[in-house]
Amino acid sequence: MSVLQIGEKTLQSRLLLGTGKYRTPEEQVEAVEASGTGVLTFAVRRIPLDNAREETFQGLDLARYEMLPNTAGADTAEEALRTARLAREAGLCDMIKVEVIGCSETLLPDPVETIKATRMLVEDGFTVLTYTSDDVVLAKRVQEAGCHAVMPAAAPIGSGLGIVNPYNLKQIIAQAQVPVIVDAGIGTPSHAAQAMEMGADGVLLNSAVAGAGDPEKMAEAMKAAVTAGRLAFESGPIPPRDTAFASSPQTGVSRPS
Amino acid sequence: MTLTINGEERTIGGEGMSAADLAAHLGLEGRIAMERNGMILKRDEWENETLEQGDTIEIVQFVGGG
Repeated sequence: MSVLQIGEKTLQSRLLLGTGKYRTPEEQVEAVEASGTGVLTFAVRRIPLDNAREETFQGLDLARYEMLPNTAGADTAEEALRTARLAREAGLCDMIKVEVIGCSETLLPDPVETIKATRMLVEDGFTVLTYTSDDVVLAKRVQEAGCHAVMPAAAPIGSGLGIVNPYNLKQIIAQAQVPVIVDAGIGTPSHAAQAMEMGADGVLLNSAVAGAGDPEKMAEAMKAAVTAGRLAFESGPIPPRDTAFASSPQTGVSRPS
Repeated sequence: MTLTINGEERTIGGEGMSAADLAAHLGLEGRIAMERNGMILKRDEWENETLEQGDTIEIVQFVGGG
């Protein structure tokens, strides 16, 4: 299986994993291990002054992973830039997931601020992975703004609905000049495999693993699905056809005479 | 001195306190970042950054997120 290159980063695993919503730190550690991921996402928040500790990551050796902080919470490009700079200072990392939400019901991105934030963060030297909707033109615009990977949502964040608009996603992949990471809305391994079979370069998911009854098992399943989908894509699947095409020879059939 | 830290008014430390002293007072370490009056402080500047009465400080960390 080929490796994934995003900007200057070479990633062995095509599964990127979020760190939110785990019930316990133990479940998180087991799931992260089982996923085989090389990239973990984080949010940036105020530290609680009376209970200051590096929360929720006990047991995770963060030095083993590429840190991908997000700008979630930012409503504007300027707020995204500030969050990204704080994240860079805190984590000594230069990758950033641009996430500028424009609608609290759907958690869909604000396209205008997302494009602007992408441009500002690229100019500030970040390796930029931009969260977008499945809008084909928005995906083009953020690439023109210089993002190093485009991350269209399969479906709304946390919904687990899978790829709701495969036509759009196919178009985004077909036209992309940078890696396409399908981010958000994945619920099951078949969704992840579908995205990878369509030619996505990777999958970023969080809720599907963190919220599963057994996150470790689901992480392993997602790892297998992403690998299976990518291998299938690289192998060149057969084109679908409307009529049967026998696998057994049609000649030489033995019949009683 | 009195500072506004993460939106809360706090009386902490004394005159001449540096950003590094503040972090130590609060028991903070690891992957955190500090902003003073809207300017992000580089980690290696904390030692020499002297805080002043009335400063607005933001201190952030990584938390779980997708």
